[in-house]
Amino acid sequence: MTDTAAPARRLLQGSEAIAEAMIAAGCRFFSGYPMTPFTEVLEHMARLLPGVGGICMNAESELEAVGMAWGAAATGTPAATGSTGQGLSLMQESLAEITLARLPLVVLDMARAQGDYYQATRGGGHGDYRHLVLAPADSAEAVTLIGLAFDLAERWRNPVLVMGDYYLAHTARSVTIPGPVDRAVPAWGLDGSSGGTGRAKLISFLGSAKQRDDVGYDLAAHYADCAAHTSTMAHAVKPLAEVTDTEDAEVVVVAFGTPARYVQAAVRELRSEGLAVGTVRPITLYPFPTEAVARAADGARVVAVYENNQGQMVDDVRLAVLGRAPVEFIGGLSLDSSGFGIAPDLDVRVLKERISRVVAS
Amino acid sequence: MTGFVPTDRPPSAPARLVDDFTPALIDVGAHHLCPGCGEPVAMRSALEAVDELGLTRRAIAVFGIGCYTAFSNNLDVEVLQALHGRAPSVATGVKRARPDSIVFTVQGDGDMVSEGLQEVLHTAARGESVTCIMLNNGVFGETGGHMSAATVVGQRTKTSLEGRDPDLHGRPILLASLLAHVDGAAYVARGLVNSAGNVARTKKMLLRAFEAQERRAGFSFVEILTMCPTGWFVETEEAPGYLEDNLAAVHTPGVLKDEVDR
Repeated sequence: MTDTAAPARRLLQGSEAIAEAMIAAGCRFFSGYPMTPFTEVLEHMARLLPGVGGICMNAESELEAVGMAWGAAATGTPAATGSTGQGLSLMQESLAEITLARLPLVVLDMARAQGDYYQATRGGGHGDYRHLVLAPADSAEAVTLIGLAFDLAERWRNPVLVMGDYYLAHTARSVTIPGPVDRAVPAWGLDGSSGGTGRAKLISFLGSAKQRDDVGYDLAAHYADCAAHTSTMAHAVKPLAEVTDTEDAEVVVVAFGTPARYVQAAVRELRSEGLAVGTVRPITLYPFPTEAVARAADGARVVAVYENNQGQMVDDVRLAVLGRAPVEFIGGLSLDSSGFGIAPDLDVRVLKERISRVVAS
Repeated sequence: MTGFVPTDRPPSAPARLVDDFTPALIDVGAHHLCPGCGEPVAMRSALEAVDELGLTRRAIAVFGIGCYTAFSNNLDVEVLQALHGRAPSVATGVKRARPDSIVFTVQGDGDMVSEGLQEVLHTAARGESVTCIMLNNGVFGETGGHMSAATVVGQRTKTSLEGRDPDLHGRPILLASLLAHVDGAAYVARGLVNSAGNVARTKKMLLRAFEAQERRAGFSFVEILTMCPTGWFVETEEAPGYLEDNLAAVHTPGVLKDEVDR
C-alpha cells in the first residue's frame, strides 16, 4: 500500500473500536462465548477476522474459548479471548496455567461495574503468577492500550488483561484506528516441524525442560523460574497513570476506568469553585502506579478513592500512600437492575457531594 | 525357573544390552509408570503410527493430565500440555491456527469422560480435523484408583469399595459408542492392548484415525482400553485377563464407525 494519509477518525461503538484495534495490532485468532457486555466484541471479531485471514471461534463455553485461545497462542499466533468477570471466573484455571506455560495472550474483561478488580489484578486462579492489567477510561484510550497489550504480551510471554465495562463497550466515540502491525511468528511457536530432530518443542505449564533418565518434570525449578520472570516483568513494565492538578491539592481523588472520567469532571467543577482537589487515574492496574499515587499523596490532607464496588483498589492505594495521608473510601456498588453496571452514582453531582464531604471533614 | 535372575548374590556375568527397545520418537526409555501398565504400549503404538505415516515433522500432541503425562516431556514430536479435560479445545486452537499440522490429544477416561466430556463432544460435533486418543483403564490411575465416569458396574475402586453400584453411582458412559452417533465424527474405534494381537489391531485403528485427519474426513477418535493393575488392585499378571473380562465386556472393542472414504 502506498497510501500514506493519516488514518481517518471514525465514529465507532467501543466494542467495534476494540475489535478493529485488535486486528490492527496483529490479532489473528479470537475465541469467545457471548455474554453482556462482551458480546459485541465477539460479533465484530466474527465479522472482521476472516477478512484478514484470521480465525474467530464462537466457543461452546468460556472453558473452551480460553482453551482454543491457548492452543492458537502456542502456535505463536497473536491470540485473544475475553468475557465479563463472570465468564473470566470460568476461565481462571486455564489462565493460570497459560501464564505458567509462558504464553502470550490478550484477555478482554468487559466487566459489569468494578467488582472484579481483585479478580483482574490478583489473578483469579491458582498459583503464583500475575497478569499485566490495563484499564482504559474510554474507547480512544482502549484503542491505544489494545496495541500496548499485544506488544506487552509478545514481549513478556504473559497474558495481558484489558479491563473495560458496559460503558466502554457500548458508547460510540470518534476514534482513530492505527495502521496494521505485522508480528513475526516467534521461534518457540509450535507447527510440528521440530519433530524427529531430537529437539522437539515442548510447551507446558509443568516446565519446558525435556525429561532426563532420572527426572520427569521438575516443578520446583520451573515455578522458581516463573516467579523470577514475574518479578522481572513487574519491575520492567512502566506503570501508567493520568495525574491532574495534584501539585497543590489538599484532596487527591483516585479512580480508574469509566468512573474516573466522571470523577475528573466533578473535580474540574470543584476546582473552578475554588477547592484544591486533584486526581490520579491508574491506567495500569498491575503494575499499579504506586509512585504516582505516593507523589500525589505527599502534601495532601486526605486521599479519597472512588470505585464502583465495596472497596478493592483502595487496598493498592493504601499500600502506595503508606501513611502519608489518611485514605477515605468514597465509592460503593452502584448498579442498574440488570446488574450490568449502569450506575446511578456516576453523576457529577453525586460525586461532587462525596468529594466535598471529604474536603469538609 | 527359566529367566529367573537371582538377586541375593552378585551376578555371575556383567549386564549387557541385548537390544535398545526405545522406539523412535521417545527420547528416554525409562518411565515412571507401574509394572503392568497398559499406557506405555498404547503411547508407543500412537507414536509408531505417526512415524510410519511420515507425519513426524507435522505432528503436535496435546496432552491431558493423568499417568500418561509422564510421556509429555519425553517425546520427539512437538507437545503442548493442556489441563485435565481441556485438551480437545486446546487442540482445536492449534489445528485452526496451523491447519497443515497433524494434531492429536492424549487423555485418560478421567480426563476425557469425567472432567472434559463436553469438550470432546463439541469437538466431534464440529467435525474438527483432530484425532482424540483416550487411554481408558476405568479408573483415576494417577490418584491411586478412584471411580471415573467409565468405571464399569461392579468394579471396585477406592471410592466404590463394594464395587460400582448403579443405584448409588450410576452407570458408565461408553464414550466411543456415544461419539459414533455424532455426525461430525468420521472415524470411531475402540481397541485394547492386553495381548500382542490386540496391540496390532489397535495400531491399525490409530493409523486409520490419522489417515482420517490427513484426508480431512472429520473428527477421529480411538479409545484404547489399558491395564491398570495398581488402580484395579489386582496382580500384574492378572491385569490383561481382568481387562478382557471386565472393561472390555462393557466397553466393547471394535471399529464403531468408519466414514473416512465417504
